[in-house]
Amino acid sequence: MSVNTIERARPARGPTAPNKQGNPLSRGVAVGYLSLIVLIPLAAVVWRSTEGGAEGFLQAISNPQALASLRLTLLASLFVVAINVVTGTLIAWVLVRDSFRGKSLVNAIIDLPFALPTIVAGLTLLALYGPESPFGLNIAYTRISVGMALLFVTLPFVVRAIQPVLLELDRDMEEASVSLGASELQTFLRVILPNLLPAILSGAALGFARSVGEFGSVVLITGNIPFETQVASVYIFGQVEGDNATGAAAVSVLLLAISLLVLFGMSLLNRWGTRHDR
Amino acid sequence: MGITAREVSKRFGDFVALDDVSVEAPTGSLTALLGPSGSGKSTLLRVIAGLEKQDGGEIFIFDEEKTQVPPQKRGVGFVFQHYAAFKHMTVFENVAFGLKIRKRKKAEINKRVHELLELVQLDGFFHRYPAQLSGGQRQRMALARALAVEPEVLLLDEPFGALDARVRQELRAWLRRLHEEIEVTTILVTHDQEEAMELADRIVLMNHGKIEQVGSPQDLYENPANEFVMGFIGPVNRLGDTFVRPHDIEISLHESGSTVEATVDHFVYLGFEVRVELTLKDGQHLWAQVTREDAWHLGLERGKTVHVRIGHSRVFSEPVEDSVPKP
Repeated sequence: MSVNTIERARPARGPTAPNKQGNPLSRGVAVGYLSLIVLIPLAAVVWRSTEGGAEGFLQAISNPQALASLRLTLLASLFVVAINVVTGTLIAWVLVRDSFRGKSLVNAIIDLPFALPTIVAGLTLLALYGPESPFGLNIAYTRISVGMALLFVTLPFVVRAIQPVLLELDRDMEEASVSLGASELQTFLRVILPNLLPAILSGAALGFARSVGEFGSVVLITGNIPFETQVASVYIFGQVEGDNATGAAAVSVLLLAISLLVLFGMSLLNRWGTRHDR
Repeated sequence: MGITAREVSKRFGDFVALDDVSVEAPTGSLTALLGPSGSGKSTLLRVIAGLEKQDGGEIFIFDEEKTQVPPQKRGVGFVFQHYAAFKHMTVFENVAFGLKIRKRKKAEINKRVHELLELVQLDGFFHRYPAQLSGGQRQRMALARALAVEPEVLLLDEPFGALDARVRQELRAWLRRLHEEIEVTTILVTHDQEEAMELADRIVLMNHGKIEQVGSPQDLYENPANEFVMGFIGPVNRLGDTFVRPHDIEISLHESGSTVEATVDHFVYLGFEVRVELTLKDGQHLWAQVTREDAWHLGLERGKTVHVRIGHSRVFSEPVEDSVPKP
């Protein structure tokens, strides 16, 4: 996942409208590549998950430990996304609208969680907030650490989704709103926010999807205590290690389905959010 | 007095946008702030609206001081060059915005919005989004939106600047009729002298953050205060220190005491008018505007020798850079 794909996630307009005829060769290459890289591995996981039959699948996903890890993963992800929506909007706002010394440095740092290998992030978090924390702040092996790790790795999503939209937002709209009697807060809520909403939603969706599957940054600091701090991806890893490939695949399929559902739901919301552009 | 700006000054860094400018717009009038880009006309309008903070000076609206009043409470309707439509709202919601902010009753908002949409001839479009409107329609919507809150004064910042020539022409005529109908004190900013002359009762001609001349369109055309005004308000020929309008040059086939010999370099038919480019005997170039009948009688052709008489012309004593802004 690179920063650029996030920046292009905003609604396309004008000359980029799809060409109905298309070029069969380029279409074939695109679909073929997508199949090879994405669809075939996904199909393999789904196929693998049904090796034990429907009963085996149900049994695998109704395992209490699996359910607990899924529950923690989803709740933590929702929590993290909710925080990201607020802080991400705020950070994007400051980066676009304010000018201060070191702004470009701050802007570059936003991408660090993208660039940093997640295991390094996990190691850093453990060093900072683990048993040997220089601040005496030990949150390792608690549920707080799950949220902490996920917040760290998903920070850029909402920020980078909003930034380009905010940059291009017509400032005249805000002045028009003010001259019509709206306070700054009213202008933000009624004029600016509705125009940022599609970007916020797509950033939130990507952040959520990333969060649901996060492994590297959580595996060290959370301690992976079953029913306590074990997230779904770590549970799956445990199943693979324990030679229960079918069980691992079953939970994976469930995670996959949830991610797809979220992405799909967000794209519906996004269509609604940009209905006035069509 | 509808709007008074007194000794307003504004700098952007080293750039002086407004240099002690004083302007008045009488109640019910349509005053044009005319000038080239960078003359400070838009800045002055934004200062009046409270969208820009002046460095010095005072603003009065109907003799009430508004200098420190925030834009929300100035009672001005502002129309932007690029419409500033709320693109996530329908035409109805755009126009209703100011009324909703003022917490008016729903039935009242409904009635008022539909009245206004009728006034700007958009009543059938109330459910559309701005992206589904043409530029001219968007600007009419923006005008209805500004008028919805019953502003004391209306400020238009190059309102037709982003439209193509034909739509611009239509909207100008429409705006003039609308202003006669609603009679709200209006200031129009434009760089188009034809637009200013067609719409305004009074023109304030600005240049380099100062006022060059204030007067009726006829005043400015007939009695320009200086070279800049004469050049900006209509076409002009310069012969040494003398300035003459192309339609004040008479072309004749016969020499007389007051004529100068000239050669026809080129001529262009522009419908009712014919533009004739000439070189005088002393080598100076100028162009004349003649009717097509005159052109026909003269039998104009390239290289032909004619005799021109300079009619109404002007000499300005002071060069334009040093010209003193008129009060």
